[in-house]
Amino acid sequence: MSSRKSYVMPPVDREEFVRDVCSVYPNKVAKKRLKHIVIKDGSDNLEIEANVRTVPGIITQRGCCYAGCKGVVIGPIGDMVHIVHGPIGCSFYAWNTRRNLFKPREDGANYMNYCFSTDMQDSDVIFGGEKKLRQAIQEACDIFKPKAISVHATCPVGLIGDDIQAVAREMTEKTGILVMAFNCEGYKGVSQSGGHHIANNKLFEHVVGKDDSNVVDDKFVVNILGEYNIGGDAWEIERVFARCGIRIISTFSGDGSIDEMRQSHQANLNLVMCHRSINYMAEMMETAFGIPWMKVNFIGVKAMAKSMRKIAKYFDDPDLSRTVEAVILEEEKEAENLIDEYRKRLEGKTAMLFVGGSRAHHYQELFKDLGMETTVAGFEFAHRDDYEGRQVIPVLKPDADSRNIEEIKVSSDSERYRPRLDQHKLETLKSEQLLNHYEGMMEDMNQGSMIIDDVSHEELEQLILKFKPDMVCAGIKDKYIIEKFGVPSKQLHNYDYSGPYAGFRGAVNFARDVDMMIHNPAWKMIKAPWDIEPTLNAETVA
Amino acid sequence: MRKVAIYGKGGIGKSTTTQNTVAGLAELEKKVMVVGCDPKADSTRLLLGGLAQKSVLDTLREEGEDVDLDDVRKTGFSDTLCVESGGPEPGVGCAGRGIITSINLLESLGAYDSKENLDYVFYDVLGDVVCGGFAMPIREGKAQEIYIVVSGEMMAMYAANNICKGIKRYSDGGGVRLGGLICNSRKVDNEEEMIDAFAKKLGTQMIYFLPRDNMVQRAEIHRKTVIDYDPESDMAGHYRSLAKSIDQNDMFVTPKPMHTDDLEKILMDYGLFG
Repeated sequence: MSSRKSYVMPPVDREEFVRDVCSVYPNKVAKKRLKHIVIKDGSDNLEIEANVRTVPGIITQRGCCYAGCKGVVIGPIGDMVHIVHGPIGCSFYAWNTRRNLFKPREDGANYMNYCFSTDMQDSDVIFGGEKKLRQAIQEACDIFKPKAISVHATCPVGLIGDDIQAVAREMTEKTGILVMAFNCEGYKGVSQSGGHHIANNKLFEHVVGKDDSNVVDDKFVVNILGEYNIGGDAWEIERVFARCGIRIISTFSGDGSIDEMRQSHQANLNLVMCHRSINYMAEMMETAFGIPWMKVNFIGVKAMAKSMRKIAKYFDDPDLSRTVEAVILEEEKEAENLIDEYRKRLEGKTAMLFVGGSRAHHYQELFKDLGMETTVAGFEFAHRDDYEGRQVIPVLKPDADSRNIEEIKVSSDSERYRPRLDQHKLETLKSEQLLNHYEGMMEDMNQGSMIIDDVSHEELEQLILKFKPDMVCAGIKDKYIIEKFGVPSKQLHNYDYSGPYAGFRGAVNFARDVDMMIHNPAWKMIKAPWDIEPTLNAETVA
Repeated sequence: MRKVAIYGKGGIGKSTTTQNTVAGLAELEKKVMVVGCDPKADSTRLLLGGLAQKSVLDTLREEGEDVDLDDVRKTGFSDTLCVESGGPEPGVGCAGRGIITSINLLESLGAYDSKENLDYVFYDVLGDVVCGGFAMPIREGKAQEIYIVVSGEMMAMYAANNICKGIKRYSDGGGVRLGGLICNSRKVDNEEEMIDAFAKKLGTQMIYFLPRDNMVQRAEIHRKTVIDYDPESDMAGHYRSLAKSIDQNDMFVTPKPMHTDDLEKILMDYGLFG
């Protein structure tokens, strides 16, 4: 592998930049935004404001509660029907946009490509939409006979007070098919984050641990939480796991199957990818069934290898460890050989990441594999623990917005609770930070880098102009704004028709795509003719 | 055409007062349309001699977009035109949205066109202005003058004060004005003086004091307005006088809603030791 070149650090005074970028805001707004921007300067206990309301008028990257519930957590489950209760826009624009891929299991059930909606009209708003919802559920049952149905409330449903929970109970009883209703009205909470929580709660209450018929007695069995199989990520992870002899019962929720989720309480370890969207589930499953959880990152060659080793350490089995090491050796070498060609061209380039509640952290590892540095990064909807580490959780105060989300009481399941490790071992692994630990994104970032929460378009534009990154990873709302500046942008919510990017082979795909994007000759041609030379000629008449 | 909306606390007698006043105006040879904005659809019962009306929203739901004005508008006492907006059953849907939809439909059907030769439109609106939908008649210039039915009971006055807040909010944009308070007597102490003082504090007038008379109840049981049921009675005379006062009214103001403390002071000053 080529030697590490020195990074091209733009000669911009960070503090001056922050002052300048906030100077366009009214004083009160500037004061708020300043708390969301942190320069990593070597001081201890850096604090960042997160998970608070976006100031109205600021163009935010954030989505809504419904997006978090249906779009992120529940939508990817492919063998159940997802009905959106509301006007058609919320259904249409959430239809497969995240490219969560799904492979049908033996029974052939696959509703991934369908878009189910109650298509609420004016008169449904006036007279109430419950009747129409009942009808929609009945139709879905009659036509598809699915294993389960989810119902997602959009804004108007919450405003007029349709009792979707009562309809769900009634239809479950009537049809014998599990109907789960999610009160994930878009306006709830400050971002999509509330929707994740609502989705976690209901999935836990109605699905997890409900099927004991298929006894799993392998030793190395895990669930992967917070992996959404965008562009096939989960399958690449699965491939490597299979080589190591680790069995995945269920993935929440990419390539997700409701049947597998029902059996997921039998796993011996939960692996948490997207900490933000699914840490609730990990904690509830630990309390109820005794399954410890571990934060992992499968994005990047080195990160993948590191996570595999962590899993091997947890299971503490010489055979497994040997297999894992052998697989890593082989896979790592193969991937790095392939990446090397791209790395030669990418070394020393810089990237910015504004995405998700975990992805902006995960992808920094992958950029490191390519010899690229992440100079500025931020999450859309993360909480402080995703930035600063889980040790801040006890000091986080619930605000009015989070109180809007139902808290469920979870206690240990009298029949299904089973300690996976003896108490001493468990405590040791926790104190070694192998289990129940997430250090957050900030710790892994270089000195001098910046962290910006809920970045605004104004800030993003200034970042591009001043720091001139070679690439910015974000979402659909930002992509074309960024590209109009002549900077390539990769959407990390759907991979722009590409992927997988996870695991060893995914990293190679990512390297290829990044190289292709950055070195696309089109970027040299985007200057408008009038920016190069005047297109009008005139003379001054005396 | 004068566009009038009647507001007031639930149960204060808005529908009864509206219909009796409309009957009085009809006697003055005025052409009047009444639009009931209450999901119960009982705002035109006395003019029509019963709940004979199919509501706009029910018709819209059953007929789809293919609705004629005659499907939703009936002729009642003395050629008054009666429309009921209607709405959902209690506890479901959104009645406010219903009123918006229904008034928009009436407009697009031409119910307010000049060829209808209307002198008056009366909107009879349910209870407090609880949400945007119930404020619809006072938004976007739909109603220009508001009368609030009130009594000397404390909660009725609270409600009237709240409604004034709603009127004030829309008075700049939509040009809506308060025409006065109609006191529908509950025989509380010093009622007339108190409502008169209350009206002055709000910057308006008590346009009429309707005494309490069991005749109103008797006429209602017979599904008639008092003017229709017993034209010679004292109460029929009162309603005629109210109609005349409204017809001749020229005092239209942006109300000055009161602080709760001031409102309670009026009650202390007038309501006790009567």
